[in-house]
Amino acid sequence: MESLNSLMDGFGTALTPVNLLWAAVGVLLGTAIGVLPGIGPAMAVALLLPVTYGLEPTGAFIMFAGIYYGAMFGGSTTSILLNTPGESAAVVAAMEGHPMAKAGRGAQALAAAAIGHFTGGMIGTMLLVVLAPTVASLAVDIGAPDYFALMVLAFIAVTSVLGSSRIRGVASLLIGLTLGLVGLDQLTGQQRLTFGSLQLADGIDVVIVAVGLFAIGEALWVAAHLRRTAGRPVPVGRPWLGREDLRRTWKPWLRGPFLGFPFGAIPAGGAEIPTFLSYVTEKRLSKHGDQFGKGAIEGVAGPESAASASAAGTLVSMLTLGLPTTAVAAVMLAAFQQYGIQPGPLLFEREPELVWGLIASLFVGMVLLLALNLPLAPVWAKLLRIPRPYLYAGILFFAAVGAYAVGGEALDLVVLLVVGLLGLGMRRYGLPVLPAVIGVILGPAAEQQLRRALQISDGSVTGLVNTPFSVTVYAVVLLLLLWPLLRKAVTRRRTAA
Amino acid sequence: MTTNPKGRLRAPSELGVGALLFLLGVLVLTDALTLDVEVTARGPVGPATVPLLVGCGLLVVAVLLALDVLHGGRGEAEGGEDVDLDAPADWRTVLLLVGVFLGFAVLIGPLGFPVSGALLFWGAAYALGSRHPARDPLIAAVLSLLTYGVFDRLLGVPLPGGPLMGVL
Repeated sequence: MESLNSLMDGFGTALTPVNLLWAAVGVLLGTAIGVLPGIGPAMAVALLLPVTYGLEPTGAFIMFAGIYYGAMFGGSTTSILLNTPGESAAVVAAMEGHPMAKAGRGAQALAAAAIGHFTGGMIGTMLLVVLAPTVASLAVDIGAPDYFALMVLAFIAVTSVLGSSRIRGVASLLIGLTLGLVGLDQLTGQQRLTFGSLQLADGIDVVIVAVGLFAIGEALWVAAHLRRTAGRPVPVGRPWLGREDLRRTWKPWLRGPFLGFPFGAIPAGGAEIPTFLSYVTEKRLSKHGDQFGKGAIEGVAGPESAASASAAGTLVSMLTLGLPTTAVAAVMLAAFQQYGIQPGPLLFEREPELVWGLIASLFVGMVLLLALNLPLAPVWAKLLRIPRPYLYAGILFFAAVGAYAVGGEALDLVVLLVVGLLGLGMRRYGLPVLPAVIGVILGPAAEQQLRRALQISDGSVTGLVNTPFSVTVYAVVLLLLLWPLLRKAVTRRRTAA
Repeated sequence: MTTNPKGRLRAPSELGVGALLFLLGVLVLTDALTLDVEVTARGPVGPATVPLLVGCGLLVVAVLLALDVLHGGRGEAEGGEDVDLDAPADWRTVLLLVGVFLGFAVLIGPLGFPVSGALLFWGAAYALGSRHPARDPLIAAVLSLLTYGVFDRLLGVPLPGGPLMGVL
């Protein structure tokens, strides 16, 4: 009940005309950027970060929430009309959505996706309202060793759950941790990896790393391999659903969130796994199973709803534990750090106006998203025709604006370019980018918790595992690490039997 | 190991990734070992501990990656909406873009954002293959002025106006 009252206060914050305006601007900008081919939600959020610099934190995060949901919806539009998913979560949307678009049912596919996003986001955010304060109050008592264990879990999960090669994931993580080391040591003020440079003593700004790896790295990588003939988007009219379609989609919409939300909250790669699980579930439950692969509307509705709910799940661990589980959450955490706000169990006590305003604006943002995107879909579809040279020149342009806006220094632009070239190299050799970003953002915090924990235990390593919570987390870590071996053993037994 | 010419060409270049990681590890370790630990150490874990761990980790990963490559493991180049992996890499475009970007970093101070930003967009679009003598610079100028106006005036994010804004 208490959280319901807080939520009402949050609506008071979110529904002021100014904040409503920021939410609307965020949704529009997020959708517009997310629709652009080649730009996934993480890059959209990183590129739009500087837009919020001049705002006070509450307005900034309200706008941010709009950008997040808008970019996710924009990404599915691209998948459906162009068959080119910008990020892994939208792969599933393309599998059924694009055949539908080609068969002249693009309007229905977009409507199923939009309403799926709305339903999934609504249910997911309601679960967030119910669960987040509970998680936060449970987490208030956890100490340095527990935090360190959680961060180790995030590191291991991001390197071993995602991507095809663990060793390349670990390499990426270590690169990120190294970048995070640059600057003054937080406890003793000693210079590390600064090579005597005054600018580097401040450390490398997380925003510059995120923009460099996501935006510059991607733009340069595409430039090296630019497709000379861009894909042709399928033209589309105003989205709508007939009665028959509604009968087929309402259950997938409602089922999706219960797969999406839990997977979003744990460090397991965000929407990738739940969208796929939802797809498989809908395929099995559908009476039109034979249509799957050729444009079954259930295969758009369920996964899109799951993806949206997983975004809400991501926010639970991000807000209550300060633990980013996806690339977007990592960039959002960086945004919090810009304002000197540390997400964690105390956030709900210290910044109730900000947190509940943010959560309430998620509801507002979703209503705006649905109201704006159904009528505007044909306009968004036009954005898919943007000439590629302008698109990638624009990405470089706005990345430069963002990096310069951080501190007003031309040197930051050079650092951005170097990080971007690193991102280019990582894409070339199959090193995933996300572990590096997580390493930069969580590395310094993990070091602090480690040193704090060992200070309390006076240097004894047992100080890291002296709580039931941390032991449990390490058990999960061990399970993740041994999973490939376990799976091999299981399949071997099965083939033997 | 594969015998096709592409495979033979790629193995050495990917070994370079391992070599770079190794060098990075050595760099981190040397930096950590030259830290002045004794004077300011507070608590049992000083400022050098984590860099030492990261540095050793880098060395181990470098070796493991090299072994993986020698056993035929290959990093999967990232695909994407506008990425055509079958075509050979076009490094000339990348170099041009890097040059344009560095030019922007140099010029933003003396020329201000509106002019240097327009040059950045125009130059990047040209490098990426756009050849419209009138449309390209026009879009660049409008985009740059608009961005300056929105960020500097509306959103309160300061960008340098430069001599152009002094005149206008």
